[in-house]
Amino acid sequence: MGILDFLRARPKHTASIARERLRIIVAQERAHRGAPDYLPLLRGELLGVIRKYVNVDPDAVQVNVERDGEHEVLELSVALPDGPIKAAGGA
Amino acid sequence: MTEIIVVTSGKGGVGKTTTSASLATGLAKRGHRVAVIDFDVGLRNLDLIMGCERRVVYDFVNVIHNEATLKQALIRDKRLDNLHVLAASQTRDKDALTQEGVGRVLDELAADGFDFVICDSPAGIEKGAHLAMYFADRAVVVVNPEVSSVRDSDRILGLLASKTRRAERGDGPMRQHLLLTRYNPVRVEAGEMMSVQDVEEILGIPVLGVIPESGQVLAASNSGVPVIHDAGSIAGQAYGDAVARLDGDEVELRFIDAPKKGFFKRMFGT
Repeated sequence: MGILDFLRARPKHTASIARERLRIIVAQERAHRGAPDYLPLLRGELLGVIRKYVNVDPDAVQVNVERDGEHEVLELSVALPDGPIKAAGGA
Repeated sequence: MTEIIVVTSGKGGVGKTTTSASLATGLAKRGHRVAVIDFDVGLRNLDLIMGCERRVVYDFVNVIHNEATLKQALIRDKRLDNLHVLAASQTRDKDALTQEGVGRVLDELAADGFDFVICDSPAGIEKGAHLAMYFADRAVVVVNPEVSSVRDSDRILGLLASKTRRAERGDGPMRQHLLLTRYNPVRVEAGEMMSVQDVEEILGIPVLGVIPESGQVLAASNSGVPVIHDAGSIAGQAYGDAVARLDGDEVELRFIDAPKKGFFKRMFGT
C-alpha cells in the first residue's frame, strides 16, 4: 500500500461479501431444484381449500417432495393457529 | 466418436461466443476435425468473431428446414481446413429450431467424422439455450467473477443435470467445466473481485481455465480473428491452456496472480 492510498477513499473488501451472499442464495436455490413445477400452484390451491374451513396464515401450508432412495414422498404440513379452531366464513 | 460440447452461461455478455470461437479454433489447431454451431437464432455473432460473416450463404435453420444441405451451409475456416462454422439464421425467430432438426444435424456431423461439435449457446434459458445443451456430452460454463453471472451459472448447472438427453436417459452426470473470463488478478488481490477458488467452491465444478481481462480480446473480435490465434497475448495463451485441458492434458493455471509491484509502486501506490 502506497502513501498516496491514504489520501483517497479505498474500496471495501467486497469480494468476501459477494462470496457469502452467493453461498447462501445458491444453497437455497439448490434445495428447491428438481422439485416438480406444480408445487407452488398445488400449495396455493390447498391453502385456498383449507382456508374455507380454518383461518390459517398464508405460510402455514408447506409442500415438499422428499426423495427416499427409489421413492418420492409428497410431504404436506399444515400449521393450525393457536387456541380453539374457529371456522372461517361462518360455515 | 464425436464429442458434443455446449458453451453456456445463462447470463449474456460473459464471453460465450469468444470462448466458443477460441475453443473450436484451439481444438482444430491440435489436429481435430471441429464444427462450431451458433444457436443464437436472430442474433448471430459467431460468424463475426470467427471472421467469416461475409461468407454466410446458408445457415443452421436452412439445414434444419431442408432448404440447404449441411455441406452447403458449413463454412470452412480460412486458416484451418479442419474447422467449420455453422452460422445461425439472422432472419428467423428462435422457434425455427426444433429438437428433431438439431438432433438430425448433429447426427450428420457425427456420421461425417467430426471429432468435436462446439455448440455456442444463446444467453437465457429459452429454447435456443435448451437445444444447445440438450444433446451435449460435456458442458463448458462461462462465468465472470461477479454475483449475477455466478448465480445464473448455478441455474444452468441445474438445467444441465435435468433437462438434457443424458439426464433423460439416465446416462449419469454430464462432465461440466468452469471457465472464468474477465479475471483481474490485481482486483482479486485487493479483495474487490472473487477469486478462482471462491467461484469454484460456490459452483462445485472443476476449473477448465481462467482467462485474464485483456484488451486483446476486444482487439481480436474487432478484427475477426479468434484471440487464441494471438500467441503473444495472455488471453490467447490462457485459451490455449484451456483447450489443452479440454483435450485431456494436465496444464498448470497461469495468469492468476497479480504481477509483483516494483519499489516505486509500493511507495506511491498505483
